[in-house]
Amino acid sequence: MDSHSTYEPKNGAARWLESRLPVLGLVHSSFIAFPTPRNLNYWWNFGAILTFMLAVQIITGIVLAMHYTPNAALALDSTESIMRDVNYGWLLRYLHANGASLFFFAVYIHIFRGMFYGSYKAPREVLWIIGVLIFLVMMATAFMGYVLPWGQMSFWAATVITNLFSAIPIVGTTVTTWLWGGFSVDNATLNRFFSLHYLLPFVIAGLVMLHIWALHVPGNGNPTGVNVKSKDDTVPFHPYYTIKDVFGLSVFLILFAWIVFYIPNFLGHPDNYVAADPLKTPAHIVPEWYFLPFYAILRSIPNKLLGVIALFGSIAILLFLPWLDTSRIRSAVYRPIYRQFFWIFVIVTIGLGYLGSQPPEGIYVIIGRILTVYYFLHFLVILPVIGIVEKPKPLPASISEAVLAKNGHAPAVAGAK
Amino acid sequence: MVDIHDADHADPSRRDFLYIATGAVGAVGAALVAWPLIDQMNPDAAALALATVEVDISSIAVGQSVVVKWRGKPVVVRQRTPEEIEGVKKVALGDLIDPIARNDNLPADAPATDENRSAMSASGAAKGKEAWFVMVQICTHLGCVPLGQQGDFDGWFCPCHGSQYDAAGRVRHGPAPENMVIPVYSFETDTKIKIG
Repeated sequence: MDSHSTYEPKNGAARWLESRLPVLGLVHSSFIAFPTPRNLNYWWNFGAILTFMLAVQIITGIVLAMHYTPNAALALDSTESIMRDVNYGWLLRYLHANGASLFFFAVYIHIFRGMFYGSYKAPREVLWIIGVLIFLVMMATAFMGYVLPWGQMSFWAATVITNLFSAIPIVGTTVTTWLWGGFSVDNATLNRFFSLHYLLPFVIAGLVMLHIWALHVPGNGNPTGVNVKSKDDTVPFHPYYTIKDVFGLSVFLILFAWIVFYIPNFLGHPDNYVAADPLKTPAHIVPEWYFLPFYAILRSIPNKLLGVIALFGSIAILLFLPWLDTSRIRSAVYRPIYRQFFWIFVIVTIGLGYLGSQPPEGIYVIIGRILTVYYFLHFLVILPVIGIVEKPKPLPASISEAVLAKNGHAPAVAGAK
Repeated sequence: MVDIHDADHADPSRRDFLYIATGAVGAVGAALVAWPLIDQMNPDAAALALATVEVDISSIAVGQSVVVKWRGKPVVVRQRTPEEIEGVKKVALGDLIDPIARNDNLPADAPATDENRSAMSASGAAKGKEAWFVMVQICTHLGCVPLGQQGDFDGWFCPCHGSQYDAAGRVRHGPAPENMVIPVYSFETDTKIKIG
C-alpha cells in the first residue's frame, strides 16, 4: 500500500540504530504513517482498547502474583490479604478481575463488528482465524484465573470445566486425571493453573502481534467494505486514529473505572468468598457472564458427549466463517437481508447468555434448545443461503466518494480538495 | 540409473535413507524428551499413596448418611431405609438409563441390579448388608456433588444440571450418562469398612 511518508531518522543516534535494526522504521510505518481508511467509525476503536486491556491485565497480574500463593491451603487467605493488607491490593485485584470482564466485553463488540462489516472475508481470513485463536486462549486464561482465588465458585468451575474432557470416549477419565494431577481437583490442579495463567497472556501477546501483522498486510477494512483505491481514501494512522483511539479508550475507561470503584463485585459471585469445599457443590453454580451463551448451549443438549461437542463446536465454527458466508459483499450496510439476520443473531446470542444464567428447568430448557439450534443454523444454513439469494445494494465507487456523499458533497469534488 | 552429471546424487536411494533415518532418530528423541514433560502432570506418588480410608459405621442409624473424603472425592456411606430398598428393587433393568453396575468390586459388565449396587457386592459382606450403601457421590455428568434424598426418585439430585439418581445411585434422569461409581471397599468387621 502507498505510504503517506517514508521514515528518515532525524538524528544520528536513530540513524545508527536504524541501519543496524530497522525497528524505528517498523514502528513508524505500522503505527504512525500507516495508511488507514478515512471512514473508520467508533466500532473500530476496540482493537486499540483490547490491546490496552491486555497490557492492563499483564501488568496488574504480574504484581498480583507477587502477593498471591498458589497453594490450596493458602490461596483464599492470600487473596484476602491482597484485599486487606497489601498496599492498593484491593485496587489491583479489582482492576484485574473486572478487567477480565471488560476485556471480554470489548472482544465481543470487536467480534460482532467483524461479523457486521464482513471483516473475515478475503483477503483477511487468516487475520480472522488468528482472532478466533486469541479468543480461545483468552477463554482458557480467564477460566484458570477465576480458579486461583480457590473459593467455592473457583473450585466448582474447575471441576465442571475439566470434567468436560471426561466426555471424550475411552480416554476421557485418563485425560481428566492427567489435567488434575490427582483423582479430583486439588492442590496439583491449582498449581498448574497458576503456572498456565501466568504463561497464556504472553501467548496472547504473541498472537496479537501476528493479528496486527496479518491486519497490516491488506490494511484495515472499513464500514463500506470497499477496498482502498487511492491516497484520497486514507489518512495516516497518526494523528488521525491515534487521537480517535485515545478518545474511544477514554470513554471506555470511564466505564471501567465506574465498575472498579463503584460496583467492583457486581459481576462476581458472593459464593467465591467462601473457601473451596470439595464435599459440597453450591446450590446454583453459573460461570462468569462472558461464558454464559456457551454454557447455555452445553446445557441445552441432554447428552453429555454431544453437549460438549456443541459447546466446542459453537466456537470452532467461527474458524470457518470466512467460507460459510458465501456473499462477496463485505459490509452489511449494503446487504439488506444479512443485516437483519445479523441483528437476530446478536439477540439470539444475548438470549443464550440470559438462559445460561437461569436454572436448567422447564421453559428455559426449551427456549435454550431453540436458540442453540438457531445459533448453528445461522452459520450452517442462513449465511450460505443469504449470500446466494440476496441482492446487495449498489456499492460506492470508492471510500472517499462514500464519505463525501454522506457529507453532502458531490462525488466530483473528491479529487479537488 | 547412475546420473554421471551429478556425483552428489549418484545413489538417490542411499541419500533418502540417510535423510529418513536422521529424521526418525530426531522424532524418537523428541518423543522421549516430551514424555517426562507430559507425564509429570499425572498424579504424583503422594496422591497415589492416599489410597484407603477406614470408616466406623456403628453410629450410622437407619436413614442416616456419612460423607467421607477419599482421594479428594466425597464418598457417601448410608444405611438405607426399608422403603428405599423396596423402591429400587422394584425397578426393571430396562427402565434404567445405564444398565451397568459401575461397581469397582464387580466385573465391568455386571448389571445394575440393586444387589450389585448395595453393600452385598463388597468383599466381607455378611448376609443382611443390603441396607448399607457406599458410593462416590459425584455426578457422572460434570463432577458436581448431588444432594442426597432429593429429586423424584428418592435418591440424589444434582443442582448443577438437573440429573437425578435413585436410592441405588443409578441415573434416572439426564444429562448424566452413567450411574454413580461404587468404589472398591470391604467390611473389615461388622462395623468397620475400608474404602479403596
